[in-house]
Amino acid sequence: MADEIKKLSSQLAQDPDSLVFLRLAELLRHKGQLDSAHRVAVTGLERHPHLADAHDLFARILADKHDYERAFDEWDMALRIAPTHIGALKGLAFLYFKVGDVEQAAAHLEAAQRAAPDDQGVAQALALARGGQVPQDTPGTAPAAAPSPSPAPVEEPLPAAAQPLEEARVFAGLEGAEEGLLLLDASGRVLGGALKNAQGQDVTDAVAAYLAGVSQEAARTTKLLGLGKWTGVAAEGRSGHVHLTAPTGDALLLVVRDRAVPMGRLAIIAQRAAGAARRWLEAHG
Amino acid sequence: MTATAGYGQALDLITRVGGVRGAMLVSAEDGIVVAEQLMEGIKGSAVAALAASLATRLRRAMEAAGVGASLFWHLQAEGGALLVVPTPNGILVVAVAEPDVNVGLVRLELLRAAEVVG
Repeated sequence: MADEIKKLSSQLAQDPDSLVFLRLAELLRHKGQLDSAHRVAVTGLERHPHLADAHDLFARILADKHDYERAFDEWDMALRIAPTHIGALKGLAFLYFKVGDVEQAAAHLEAAQRAAPDDQGVAQALALARGGQVPQDTPGTAPAAAPSPSPAPVEEPLPAAAQPLEEARVFAGLEGAEEGLLLLDASGRVLGGALKNAQGQDVTDAVAAYLAGVSQEAARTTKLLGLGKWTGVAAEGRSGHVHLTAPTGDALLLVVRDRAVPMGRLAIIAQRAAGAARRWLEAHG
Repeated sequence: MTATAGYGQALDLITRVGGVRGAMLVSAEDGIVVAEQLMEGIKGSAVAALAASLATRLRRAMEAAGVGASLFWHLQAEGGALLVVPTPNGILVVAVAEPDVNVGLVRLELLRAAEVVG
């Protein structure tokens, strides 16, 4: 392996634009030289920022270094570039397992299986997921390689909205409940949550007014295009991202975060908030 | 290059991406189709009007929320997606896509097309 690393390093030095960095960083990673693998991957990504395999590789290195947040971002980026990227789907499934979200983990593995029906690794991981067990290794790590510790899935605290409702506001317990989450009815009436801008000013009512009717318009647009039910609107702004979804019927949920939060993670935040909103709406229906 | 030829070039950038069913340039102000390359069966004028209306609501809501005007937005649905990049001169560059489209790639081509349109 050392000779191979030397040979690839030499090739990369001669042609820095070469994709050989993928193989080199992977070998370094397997050898446990994570800092070197990290450097090679970052340099490669700087030259090939739209290469999904490079983001996937970097994510695996970060996951090996237990930097799961950034690993999530990199796999999220890989999927944005290539929505059926098997490595990224497996990687995100792995991270979802780690936080105990078996449903999301299985959903990602099912997507991977649809894209690669013959991949035995995916089939095995899916079987484990359905059995409620946690995969042992970082994706891409051979089972015989140094196993990463497999912490038990972290049980996320039940959002307060799922607790006795007389005591709970719709997004109580969720991150950003009072400055970055908003639940509206079809007419734009605020049902829960609040929004603040970067200066800390409350902008809830202004935003709600502009969003009145968006759910119906989104539904009309997708119907006209024959695309079925709309599931979300993701938008990038100059200094922040927003995600809209309809937790039930004509209700509208808005999540706002700054640009540091990747769109993929925003969708996950929205999904969790939508769950809380649905429970709240059912109880207050 | 004439404006029409430039529009055609911009739309070509988008429609050559696999999974894209069509592309349009839409006036953001009044929802009128400026140019289009759509598959048969897509009602361009109606989609353009709704896309422009949604774009206006989103832009205003995002500005009110303090995140600035939208650079790219993506209406996701069970059977596909509508992807939109607004340009500074009031044109919306719109793509209609299949559900398994490479969103990252379409986004890049929409942004390139927006530069061509101006």
